[in-house]
Amino acid sequence: MPTERITAAFDRAKADKRAVLVAYLMAGDPDLETSFQSLCALRDNGADIIELGAPFTDPMADGPAIQRAGLRALANHTKLTDVLALVARFRETDQTTPLIIMGYANPVHSMGYAKFAEAAHVAGVDGTIIVDLPPEEDAELRGEYAKYGLSVIRLATPTTHEARMKKVAEGASGFLYFVSVTGVTGAGSADPAAIAGNIEMAKRVSGLPVCVGFGVKTGAQAAEMAKVADGVVVGSAFVEHAEAAHESGDLARAPQGMGALAGELSKAIAGVAKP
Amino acid sequence: MDVRNTWDQWPDANGRFGEFGGRYVAETLMPLILELEAEYRRAKEDPAFKAEMDDLWTHYVGRPSPLYFAERLTEHFGGAKIYFKRDELNHTGAHKINNCLGQVLLARRMGKTRIIAETGAGQHGVATATICARFGLECVVFMGETDVERQKPNVFRMRLLGAKIVPVSSGTGTLKDAMNEALRDWVTNVDDTFYCIGTVAGPHPYPELVRDFQSIIGKEAREQILEREGRLPDVLMACIGGGSNAIGLFHPFLEDESVRMIGVEAAGHGIETGEHAAALNGGRPGILHGNRTYLLQTDDGQILDAHSISAGLDYPGIGPEHAFLRDSGRAQYLSTTDEEALAAFQLCTQLEGIIPALEPSHAIARVGEVAQELGKDGLIILNMCGRGDKDVFSVAKLLGVEM
Repeated sequence: MPTERITAAFDRAKADKRAVLVAYLMAGDPDLETSFQSLCALRDNGADIIELGAPFTDPMADGPAIQRAGLRALANHTKLTDVLALVARFRETDQTTPLIIMGYANPVHSMGYAKFAEAAHVAGVDGTIIVDLPPEEDAELRGEYAKYGLSVIRLATPTTHEARMKKVAEGASGFLYFVSVTGVTGAGSADPAAIAGNIEMAKRVSGLPVCVGFGVKTGAQAAEMAKVADGVVVGSAFVEHAEAAHESGDLARAPQGMGALAGELSKAIAGVAKP
Repeated sequence: MDVRNTWDQWPDANGRFGEFGGRYVAETLMPLILELEAEYRRAKEDPAFKAEMDDLWTHYVGRPSPLYFAERLTEHFGGAKIYFKRDELNHTGAHKINNCLGQVLLARRMGKTRIIAETGAGQHGVATATICARFGLECVVFMGETDVERQKPNVFRMRLLGAKIVPVSSGTGTLKDAMNEALRDWVTNVDDTFYCIGTVAGPHPYPELVRDFQSIIGKEAREQILEREGRLPDVLMACIGGGSNAIGLFHPFLEDESVRMIGVEAAGHGIETGEHAAALNGGRPGILHGNRTYLLQTDDGQILDAHSISAGLDYPGIGPEHAFLRDSGRAQYLSTTDEEALAAFQLCTQLEGIIPALEPSHAIARVGEVAQELGKDGLIILNMCGRGDKDVFSVAKLLGVEM
């Protein structure tokens, strides 16, 4: 079931001849209720797939915006079980939008891979992106996921040469997340022309849809990326709305701002006709 | 646990020491650490690499370091003979340079022109900056904001050596955050940059190669004690933060079954208070900074801040090989509180005329009990892994002395 939800999202976009929009937000930033409202706003404004960040004290692949988001969620005592509960709540009314948990290995390891896989399945999670679990280290988790059809979504980067891509594609499902720049989240964006070749190679080797992320903030950038990829991932730009909401004390600004941005991005992406 | 016949076979092909170690890094870094591993295998087989290393060890670092009989400390405790392996006499005042030299030579082989490092107390940063100055390489050192403030003399030293210091305010602004920031820099600058990790942690192959470079300590000590005493020691002792000085001393003795090994962790205000840096005695297995090992963490898998009087031990993890040696029973791990370390610091200074760093003072604090337990026929080698010059200001402050 879970992987099917992801596949169906790509199929719908394909029928519309467009790329998908993947939106990221940090669970519990600044609180869980706001995250729930934000999830709904993202879905209602054209996000096809949503990545829900699970906070970690030491997010070594993230730039300042997502680091701060994680710290806000942790200050609020957001636990991995809360992230799963948020998914379960969303699933009460939404059976179609794929939800991916994105985070780091230690909280998942701490809960135990078997226990996490079962809990994620029960909550209605479709897959995970665990940044510091490369193919060499995720066999045990993958074994648990197989019981429930959960997707292991892997990262590929500009440093992933073709031989390495084969390793990355092995056992991956759902889609492949292509990190457009060597760097952390929220940093400068890549020139789509420069990575088009890498993306073609990633598609050919993996046979999976390829979504591109890191550094995409505006509709114009998203449209450029939509030309070369099956999907566009936007994270830090959404998270900045949670930050603004937190700082202003007006938490409703988070779902409003995220919804507006999702609307702008999905419109820009839809403007790029895909074959 | 299956340890098979030899300790030398670890890590295995997957970079594992039993169930510890591994390569838990973002995909961007995977090709880099695989390339580093391949280059390290080639370097190990290359006599020119070894020759260059040996030459610099002798003439630049000042190796071999002496094995010194600490006669008055031995008398004081009235038990086993205590020897110090004097790695505090190395150039830059600690064992750190053994490893930096090896890694920077590797970086040069790989054509890397920019070296990055993390540092806590500043010893690894100073050692890295020193070797970079020697070879004319760009050097950037990441250091927690609070440590930059605590360790001003070392910050100045690094700047004199031409290094750029980046104070890290993200997270909690300590050593673990400095390591996060170094990893962030590395994923950003993959083409020209080499990450020189200061301890036997991080993703494979770092725990292995840092151990190999530090093993010069144990190799020399083994020869020296055989020459002095005609037999192997009964016990080896060393302090443990990440554990590079300890593994350097222990590793060449692992096959010698009669030799006991004792690592001493920092218990800070006491393990029961929760304010300590004793990952083995007060943590549980988890995944951080590229490897699976014992970590200080919450029930939910969030990393806790470590606490120790000694900035060099102030880290919430431990090298994966120590986790393995502990679980397999080959080595034993004790702990020392801040207060005990401070007392040992003074005792060693007064009795031996050697001002130890606060780090080895943790090992000195436990050596008396071990010496008494062994009795007068016993033999102990304690790794004096750093000198205390860097600590005199903070010790003065702790003793209430105005300077």
